[in-house]
Amino acid sequence: MACLLEAPLRISVLSEVTATSRHYVDRLFDPDPQKVLQGVIDMKNAVIGNNKQKANLIVLGAVPRLLYLLQQSSSGLDLRTECAVVLGSLAMGTENNIKSLVDCHIIPALLQGLLSPELIFIEACLRCLRTVFISPVTPVQLLYTDPTVIPHLMSLLSSSQKTQEYITQIFSHCCKTSDHQTVLFNHSAVQHIAPLLISPSYKVRMQALKCFSVLAYENTQVSMTLVNVLVDGEPLSQVFVRMMQRDQPVEMQLTAAKCLTFMCRAGAIQTEESCIVLKTLPCLVRMCSKDHLLEERVDGAETLAYLIEPDVELQRIASTTDHLVAMLADYFKYPSSVSAITDIKRLDHDLKHAHELRQAAFKLYASLGSNDEDIRKKITDTENMMDRIVSGLSESSIKVRLAAVRCLHSLSRSVQQLRTSFHDHAVWKPLMKLLQNAPDDVLIMASSTLCNLLLEFSPSKEPILESGVIELLCSLTQSDSPALRINGIWALMNMAFQADQKVKVEIVGCLGTEQLFRLLSDPDNSVLMKTLGLLRNLLSTRPHIDQIMSSHGKQIMQAVTLILEAEQSIEVKEQTLCILANIADGNTAKDLIMTNDDMLQKIKYYMSHSSVKLQLAATFCISNLIWNEEDGSQERQDKLRELGFVDVLHKLSQASDPNLSDRAKTAMQQYLA
Amino acid sequence: KQKYIHRWTTLPRRLCSCLQYILLLIRGCHTTAIFSPQSLSLSAYSSSGLTGFWIEEAIIKKKTEELGAGSLPLVDPGVYNYQEQDLNERLKRLYPAVNEEETPLPRSWSPKDKYSYIGLSQNNLRVHYKGHGKNHKDAASVRATHPIPAACGIYYFEVKIVSKGRDGYMGIGLSAQGVNMNRLPGWDKHSYGYHGDDGHSFCSSGTGHPYGPTFTTGDVIGCCVNLINNTCFYTKNGISLGVAFTDLPPNLYPTVGLQTPGEIVDANFGQQPFVFDIEDYMSEWRAKIHGMIARFPIGDRLGEWQAVLQNMVSSYLVHHGYCATATSFARATQTMIQEDQTSIKNRQRIQKLVLAGRVGEAIEATQQLYPGLLERNPNLLFVLKCRQFVEMVNGTDSEVRCLAIRSPKSQDSYPGSPNLSPRHGASNPHLHTGGTESPTCSNGVTPLKSKNRSSIKYPSASSSASSSTSSSPSSINYSESNSSDSTKSQPRSANSTQETSDSEMEIEAEHYSNGVVDGSSARIMNGTYKHEEILQPDDNSVGNGVLDEECSNGRQLCGGNQAATERMIQFGRELQALNEQLCREYGKNAAHKKMLQDAFSLLAYSDPWNCPVGQQLDPTQRESLCSALNSAILESQNLPKHPPLMLALGQATACVQLMARVRSGSCSFARVDNFLH
Repeated sequence: MACLLEAPLRISVLSEVTATSRHYVDRLFDPDPQKVLQGVIDMKNAVIGNNKQKANLIVLGAVPRLLYLLQQSSSGLDLRTECAVVLGSLAMGTENNIKSLVDCHIIPALLQGLLSPELIFIEACLRCLRTVFISPVTPVQLLYTDPTVIPHLMSLLSSSQKTQEYITQIFSHCCKTSDHQTVLFNHSAVQHIAPLLISPSYKVRMQALKCFSVLAYENTQVSMTLVNVLVDGEPLSQVFVRMMQRDQPVEMQLTAAKCLTFMCRAGAIQTEESCIVLKTLPCLVRMCSKDHLLEERVDGAETLAYLIEPDVELQRIASTTDHLVAMLADYFKYPSSVSAITDIKRLDHDLKHAHELRQAAFKLYASLGSNDEDIRKKITDTENMMDRIVSGLSESSIKVRLAAVRCLHSLSRSVQQLRTSFHDHAVWKPLMKLLQNAPDDVLIMASSTLCNLLLEFSPSKEPILESGVIELLCSLTQSDSPALRINGIWALMNMAFQADQKVKVEIVGCLGTEQLFRLLSDPDNSVLMKTLGLLRNLLSTRPHIDQIMSSHGKQIMQAVTLILEAEQSIEVKEQTLCILANIADGNTAKDLIMTNDDMLQKIKYYMSHSSVKLQLAATFCISNLIWNEEDGSQERQDKLRELGFVDVLHKLSQASDPNLSDRAKTAMQQYLA
Repeated sequence: KQKYIHRWTTLPRRLCSCLQYILLLIRGCHTTAIFSPQSLSLSAYSSSGLTGFWIEEAIIKKKTEELGAGSLPLVDPGVYNYQEQDLNERLKRLYPAVNEEETPLPRSWSPKDKYSYIGLSQNNLRVHYKGHGKNHKDAASVRATHPIPAACGIYYFEVKIVSKGRDGYMGIGLSAQGVNMNRLPGWDKHSYGYHGDDGHSFCSSGTGHPYGPTFTTGDVIGCCVNLINNTCFYTKNGISLGVAFTDLPPNLYPTVGLQTPGEIVDANFGQQPFVFDIEDYMSEWRAKIHGMIARFPIGDRLGEWQAVLQNMVSSYLVHHGYCATATSFARATQTMIQEDQTSIKNRQRIQKLVLAGRVGEAIEATQQLYPGLLERNPNLLFVLKCRQFVEMVNGTDSEVRCLAIRSPKSQDSYPGSPNLSPRHGASNPHLHTGGTESPTCSNGVTPLKSKNRSSIKYPSASSSASSSTSSSPSSINYSESNSSDSTKSQPRSANSTQETSDSEMEIEAEHYSNGVVDGSSARIMNGTYKHEEILQPDDNSVGNGVLDEECSNGRQLCGGNQAATERMIQFGRELQALNEQLCREYGKNAAHKKMLQDAFSLLAYSDPWNCPVGQQLDPTQRESLCSALNSAILESQNLPKHPPLMLALGQATACVQLMARVRSGSCSFARVDNFLH
């Protein structure tokens, strides 16, 4: 068997193995079954709480023998049960122990054991399985390889409190993906586990609750089923509410709150329902208070962040509940100066959780501030908040960096904060640093934040420009991730808005027309839109238009033609026509349109389009072309009259849409003047 | 017929003790007065001394019960009765540790403790502003009727903003007595408030601190005072806003303040369910305090504790005479029992007798086993005899039981279990034996009927064919009362003139009631008569099965036996005499007087078990007497009067009560009965 084969390791350790350990293993091979049983019992007593002894026995090959005895039908019930108990005890040791056990194929053997008719043996097997499966080193998939296992486990749920506890615990640890959720759900996990929520045993109730929390997470199907489940005549949500009562153990309150949160996020419970507003939300806020363990506070804050993320009303309520915003500031005070001095153990504990606490707080701040301006102000007014975000952006932990940038992004949606605290704290500096060589998820958030920082009213725009951001953004537009492409082009668009000639040239130069065309044919519609937006921003004010059109006119006209001819949405075509209108506003650029009869026909077509938006944009374009005070306006007017535009304009001046008729009339006046 | 009437009217002239009254009451004369109080003015009785007094009390008790109003007079009982009841129930549930006689809970705003710009309405729950509201000098506040008792542990009230008025300058909070009411809560020392216009909290200062959101029309603001850690937090629409104030002083009143015209707020001191789940918050603190108690360190003296606990259990068992249990417990824990077995068993026997309602036998046994004990404790003896009287009424005391029950075997039908309720077991055999006595009727109701007849409708009963066969019980009664009258009147007449005039008042009253009897002998309108009338059709129309059921429910005075009733009356006289003797020897004793009155009052009702003083007849009432007698015996043996376990319990209870008085709010959640399962 696998664990016996690692010879070099075995020899090195063997030298340390005491004779007694070997004695225990030897007794397992005794021909007298009674002596074997006694041997196993003695072994059981020897290994309890003794990790060294456990390791020794594993190295000496006790596991395959125990498994053999366990599987042998000739072994008595006592012996088989004791074997399972010893194996369970061995599994309680270090992670290495678990690995060795798994390598010895303990899981199939134990799962096979569950088919026994003897409850006591089943319980021993389940207990061992539970210990193995809750270890992070055990591959979860092993539970699902044999399709008969899950239904059998479901059927065992009615056997005893112990089987209930162990099986639900296995489920809650082995349900990691939506596939797992589906498997369990399809085997009626909800119906089987729901009655356990009112079990007299706390452990069973707790594990059943945990099962529901993992089953409902981001799973609409499960969540929708859960709301309709009755436990002893009571809706499941009410059972969860009862479990959140303040005199219940914290673990239970928190897990019940998670269940309701997941059900709410999956759309099974409305956000304005009292079990969310008056129960789940306050419960989660409570979990963030200083009275609770650091783990609970992390869990509470993360769950709350998830709950309120999409709903501004919940964000408002949470922001006023129990001074939450101020309470979260405490998350940054670990390890505290006190813990460092007084107690090494506590310092260690604090250090271990410090990152988790910080990222949880950032996440919750991000959720809180994602919509409401007042809440954002409240957050930035919290003591040292901006400094904390700034230092969070450059922390070693990737989790903290991501959460910090999420928080920054959320706050960057505020015009006021962009103008004040963001500038005061030069948040762009760490942000720019973060953008170098960051993983994609950080990059997405960071670039998205950058988009906001590059808005024209942001005072950070200038210094960011000077730090060579254009190159970075252009490289983002070449990313495989659509989110990154859109953020890159979006940032460029914002940057180009009312920008200097120099900046525009730099953008065009850096991006390159080739890349620009690639973006114009991007499969992602929003990338296309932002690219058109960028073009529009680039082609504003007359000298810029002429300059850019003189160097890239041909390609741009090509791209415009391409889009106008393609199957595109109204919005895209509107943007494109607006670009044309901008081009028509240039001095020399006008000719690019006037000499292109095909293009003029297209404009004429869109002036009679069923969409008012497109009509308006096309009319705007013509209006620019025939504008009086410019050179050559007379010839353009004449040519367009020949092409029949006057008739079209005349018709449009009668349009029911006031904007459109106004615009057409203004254009008509150019002829009269 | 005329002869009896004459006796009715003339006899009372010589009556001057209560006992004669009792006699009359049994005969149903005064019941007329009691059951139709409107025909008698209370003032007519108020000067009639002792006897008048207890009748009056019975009437008042009855009256108040009919009204169902409790002790609090209401402005408009019709409308608010239901709400009031709701409020009482909710307050009792929320603040079980509060003794409202010592520290009443706030139930409304005080019409006295407010600024003149404040108007109150809707049972003093709605507050509106009626000043000019020009500036902060026009601010006005109102306090609740009472301060928040510390024994609440956690106190909560809510205020709904009915209208924010012109500017919504509303403050909700707390203030001590005497704080200026021409201000909003929070602006002055010992005043705390949360203001709607800016959402700031004001902690005894004119400048506020950012605290919560603003509030306006339609919002419900709650204020929770935690008297355990002396903090306060507010809620808005059921959401906690977090701690607003710390280090609060004691005895704060719920307070609201308004400042501009149109502002109206409604208070909820428990009249309605709260928006915020305060009970959930309380449950957290209860769990916290219980945890604190459970985890209270007892250090290294674990072994000692065990010995102490074992001794407590053992002494408790011995005290209550659980002889066998105590012996086996002592054996198992290897502890010693101080008292010897026979002594324990004797006490156990006496206790069983008391608990079974056989007080007479208990007295006898005590006198026999512990001679001199009751002589040294005349008060105890009196209490015992009082109880004996009550048990006679109940029909459980052996003196009446042996008269009522023919088979002596049933006397031993009470096993010694202290919790046994002997009442029903006692009344059933009586009914049946009584039934067979009367030849005309074959069902169990008969005794009651004949008794009623003999007591109320006696004049007509004599001519009735169905009257009792052997002898007229009432005439025996009369001769007896006659003789007693003469004996009683002698010592009485030696008393002061005041008493003579008292008795004259009684006579007057009797005349009156007699007049009723006389004037309409055929249709006497009193309760007892009615009672019979109701029973009668049942007798005739309903089948036997129902009747059996009825008789098992029906309980009768002295088990319905005439001789027993007479014995009871006789005993009552002796009891009265004993009381007088005690008064002479030891001076007046209010408790005794009350006890006697209560016991005699039982006779004023046709159904003593369902009357305002009927509680006395409950077998559970024997328990306190039983333990008093037990304690007296133990004391006489130089053993502790109370078991240490009970002392510890009493100590704990007293400590918790003391905590309430010294304003330690945690007493609310450290109640002793929470730990007694």
